[in-house]
Amino acid sequence: MASSTYTLAVPSSLRHLHKVRRFVVQHATNANFPEDAVEACKLAADEACTNIIKHAYEGQPGHQVDIVIAVDPHRLVVRICDDGKSFDDAHYSEPDVAILTKQGQSGGLGVHIIRRLMDQVEYRTRDGRNEICLVKYRK
Amino acid sequence: MSSFSVAFHNRGDVRVLELKGELDAHTATEFEEAIEMCKSNREFRIIIDGEHLAYISSAGLGVFMAFVEEIRAEDGDIKIAALTPKVFNVFDLLGFPMLFDIVGTVEEAVQLFTAGHKADDQSNH
Repeated sequence: MASSTYTLAVPSSLRHLHKVRRFVVQHATNANFPEDAVEACKLAADEACTNIIKHAYEGQPGHQVDIVIAVDPHRLVVRICDDGKSFDDAHYSEPDVAILTKQGQSGGLGVHIIRRLMDQVEYRTRDGRNEICLVKYRK
Repeated sequence: MSSFSVAFHNRGDVRVLELKGELDAHTATEFEEAIEMCKSNREFRIIIDGEHLAYISSAGLGVFMAFVEEIRAEDGDIKIAALTPKVFNVFDLLGFPMLFDIVGTVEEAVQLFTAGHKADDQSNH
């Protein structure tokens, strides 16, 4: 199977998240990934885009989120890019859901979910452009 | 736009919120408003009926986390019922079964409230 690439651009608004999910499901399913892997990629991509819109773009409309899916015989890669504030991966600590719930808080769950669901997660910032790379291997 | 709605039902003095569709960071506001409405009506015994909930992201889970302690402080609770396996997996991923009553049917959730109420009554006598 040759490598295939698919692209989608959505405006920086949470109302477009469903388009990202549909896009990921379509291509992960077409690439014959099992249902649990499709669901994992869908949720991880949603969480990544949500964080970009809320934090990198600080909820401001008028920006763009670019999503590229690359499928090859071994893996599915979802690359999501933005021009907003970069995420400091080095200072991220895993949230304690029980403590947050006691405090009535709910922050930091998205990154936690992404890391639990995907086989590999990488962040890069180059020339003012941020990229998160989500990898799921074909088992 | 993601399709999501909340329908309100009553089971005795228990408020049932029936979630339908996709609960993401965009639609979480609607769910938040539904819980706020229960709070302002002083309805603190709440069951979330997830039978028709097709999807949830961390923003939806965050609503449960943000409100449950306040609700419990009023002698109430948020109990979760009838989740599909796909949606349950997301709750499970964050350890929600340790923090919330998650049961198979709305009926079971109602019974948990009733049993809890009876236990309270007995301990008061």
